[in-house]
Amino acid sequence: MSSTATTTRERVPSALRERLSDAVSQLAAAGALIVIFIFLSIVSPAFLTANNLFNVGVQISVTAIIAVGMTMVIITAGIDLSVGSVAALSGVAGALTMVNMGFPTILGILAGVVIGAVAGAVNGFWVTVADLPPFIATLGMLTAAQGLVFVISNGVAVFGAPSSFRLLGQGAVGPVPIPIIALIVVALAGYFVLSRTKLGRYSYAIGSNPEAARLSGIPVKRYLMIVYIISGALAGFGGMIAASQVNSGQPNYGIGLELYVIASAVIGGASLFGGRGTVAGTLIGAFLIALIQDGSVLLGINTFYQQIIIGIVVWLAVYWDQLRRKKLQAESE
Amino acid sequence: MSSPETRSSQTEEPIVRLRNVSKEFPGVLAVDGVNLEIKPGEVHVIAGENGAGKSTLMKLLSQVERPTSGEIWISGEKARFHGPRHAQALGVAMVYQEFALAPDLSVAENLFLGREPARAGLVNRREERNRARELLERVGLDINPNRLVSSLTVAEQQRVEIAKALAIQAKILILDEPTATLAEKEIESLFEVIRDLKSHGIAILYISHRLDEIFRIADRVTVMRDGRIVDTLPVGELDEDKLVRMMVGRDIENLYPKAEAEIGDVVLRVEGITRGDVLKDCSFEVRAGEILGFAGLVGAGRTELARAVFGADPIDSGRIELDGREIRIKSPQAAIDAGIGYLTEDRKGEGLALQLGVDKNITLATLPAWAGLVNLKAERETAQHRSDQLNIRTPSIRRRVQMLSGGNQQKVVVAKWLETNAKVLFFDEPARGIDVGAKAEMFSLIGDLAKEGRAIVLISSYLPELLNMCDRILVMHEGQVAGVLSREEFSEERIVALATGAKEAAA
Repeated sequence: MSSTATTTRERVPSALRERLSDAVSQLAAAGALIVIFIFLSIVSPAFLTANNLFNVGVQISVTAIIAVGMTMVIITAGIDLSVGSVAALSGVAGALTMVNMGFPTILGILAGVVIGAVAGAVNGFWVTVADLPPFIATLGMLTAAQGLVFVISNGVAVFGAPSSFRLLGQGAVGPVPIPIIALIVVALAGYFVLSRTKLGRYSYAIGSNPEAARLSGIPVKRYLMIVYIISGALAGFGGMIAASQVNSGQPNYGIGLELYVIASAVIGGASLFGGRGTVAGTLIGAFLIALIQDGSVLLGINTFYQQIIIGIVVWLAVYWDQLRRKKLQAESE
Repeated sequence: MSSPETRSSQTEEPIVRLRNVSKEFPGVLAVDGVNLEIKPGEVHVIAGENGAGKSTLMKLLSQVERPTSGEIWISGEKARFHGPRHAQALGVAMVYQEFALAPDLSVAENLFLGREPARAGLVNRREERNRARELLERVGLDINPNRLVSSLTVAEQQRVEIAKALAIQAKILILDEPTATLAEKEIESLFEVIRDLKSHGIAILYISHRLDEIFRIADRVTVMRDGRIVDTLPVGELDEDKLVRMMVGRDIENLYPKAEAEIGDVVLRVEGITRGDVLKDCSFEVRAGEILGFAGLVGAGRTELARAVFGADPIDSGRIELDGREIRIKSPQAAIDAGIGYLTEDRKGEGLALQLGVDKNITLATLPAWAGLVNLKAERETAQHRSDQLNIRTPSIRRRVQMLSGGNQQKVVVAKWLETNAKVLFFDEPARGIDVGAKAEMFSLIGDLAKEGRAIVLISSYLPELLNMCDRILVMHEGQVAGVLSREEFSEERIVALATGAKEAAA
């Protein structure tokens, strides 16, 4: 029984330190983000203009929106490889509802989201009911959804959606492009869900230890199902924005998109072993990728090089995170 | 016992000599100026509480960690640090608590992993098998060396680990809490193997928490506390009280403070639970304020019975009554709602979300929420309250449970279940892997819970725990309830007889 004074004195610095060390994992990526931002501001006069910055935001919005859902999936120790082809499926099928079935714009967009959610539910079915590893379950969906897109579109882009459909990807409220607003809304919702709701809390618990979660009375399968549905729905929403940006449902859209989405989450500190990850971190990861892409264009660097740079960033971010965790572990022993 | 090597004289050159060895981690001096000599053919126990520095000391010896300062001499030569493989070459073998076996390889393949008998890169499988047989025989294991390690029991896997040490012709074998997962019968047979190795001049360095074992197997005992050696004594100069005092650095009055509780009505009645071959027609009841023990060998079905009642595994048939009303339990969730709690034996694997904070683990089963929204303030208050109540030693309730000691982790699990207001609590090996001081605290807590009128089921492989804490003991044997003993009938012999299925036990 030490005196209260000592306990409080012990408590404050340690708690603060732990909070900081949690934040620092994001600061590594955030630090890189700031450095690149300043660097680009200095070397390229075209960079620090409202026009270019909005452009960067629009460019990355689809990836970042889908990455919010991916973050949740990764926190549960899962993975969703199907987001790219589900985005394409939603874009094409959503466009078809407007073109062929005469859905009004809002309903057409909603249809795209619902189709994504259904694809997510199928993923969830294989993961929870059939107990397949998420990698396999969503790999199946990656292929199946891609095939389905070509079946329903005959491999041809779907044009002819109402002109109001363009607003979603190309419109703006005042100076702010709608995709950026959509991203802000999705990110805030994601942050809220992860930090304030049962769904969020249980996602962390399931990712950290599924058996402990089950034995604590958490309906693990139900929550996993919800998480995959959310990931699918956000992939669908992202697919609709992408379709709106090019005025058409493109069957070839989204190939390889899942890799950028996963990279965003991982650079932002999400652990593929589950239990760790935040929306803020994922956004930092997504914008880091976006700045590398934008900077390469501004500086006239070959696209292939930017892919190499992004790969290196993934390595360094995760390596750094691992070092930090090992250090924490050594201290606890 | 009469082989020529049997008598290794105590004056012989020590196999291992540590001179002023220290190991510093950032901010912690884990091992502090240790001097120690291990002689051939002795069983040398290192005792001490968690965090005393035992494990670090072993890692220094097996060259997993590099000492910050000091010298390690092995077989009269000063050892240079070159990693664990080098230590093995010098004859230092280590058997960890978590075995380092490849589960999908055969026993023979595991025994010679990295040093396969081979010519021109081709493994000579026949020789591998034959040599494996010899080694297995020496550790008293009669199994086919072609079997996959994953098909072996924990006790058998441990023998394979020891055989692996023999395969590299170890001069010193380090065993880290080797009995933690063994039942009594397996422990005795392990001790036989240890005595045999000892008679061949192999030194055994034995880390243990269990006091009774120390007196059964040790020649000399070194007690560590706070990274330093308190003393090294021949076991004859020690008794249990003295040992505990040296380990804890203070007096512990009673390891098993059994509070006298008033025993009330039957709270939980279980009838005819059957699950495949694992559980056969198991029935028992437990009353308010009562502590019912589950005794039996590992694999007898004690954990399985608890899990069945808790809804963690599906059952084929059986009835469960709570407060006289039949209830259907199909999931842990249903059990928790009904008022049953289960503290798993594998704390880290099944009890805790290690990456989450103390607070989030405490509220895991009872998250205060409305319409899916977590009430963060209520959660913080709940966690702080339980943390203070159980005296969980953590600098902050936000700290990840990963960073806490075993005893404090266990308290976090208890706090979680207290929060559910369970009427019946199953404690599955609650004292495993926690140190002496924390054990006394844990048992005192269990006693208090009974006193509050909760019905307690205590599962333990360590008989003194059951004999001291329980009002009645249920003994299981091969999935069946072999008998229930009341306090007047308690005796180790009786329990062992029932647990091993001896016929005369029934009388």
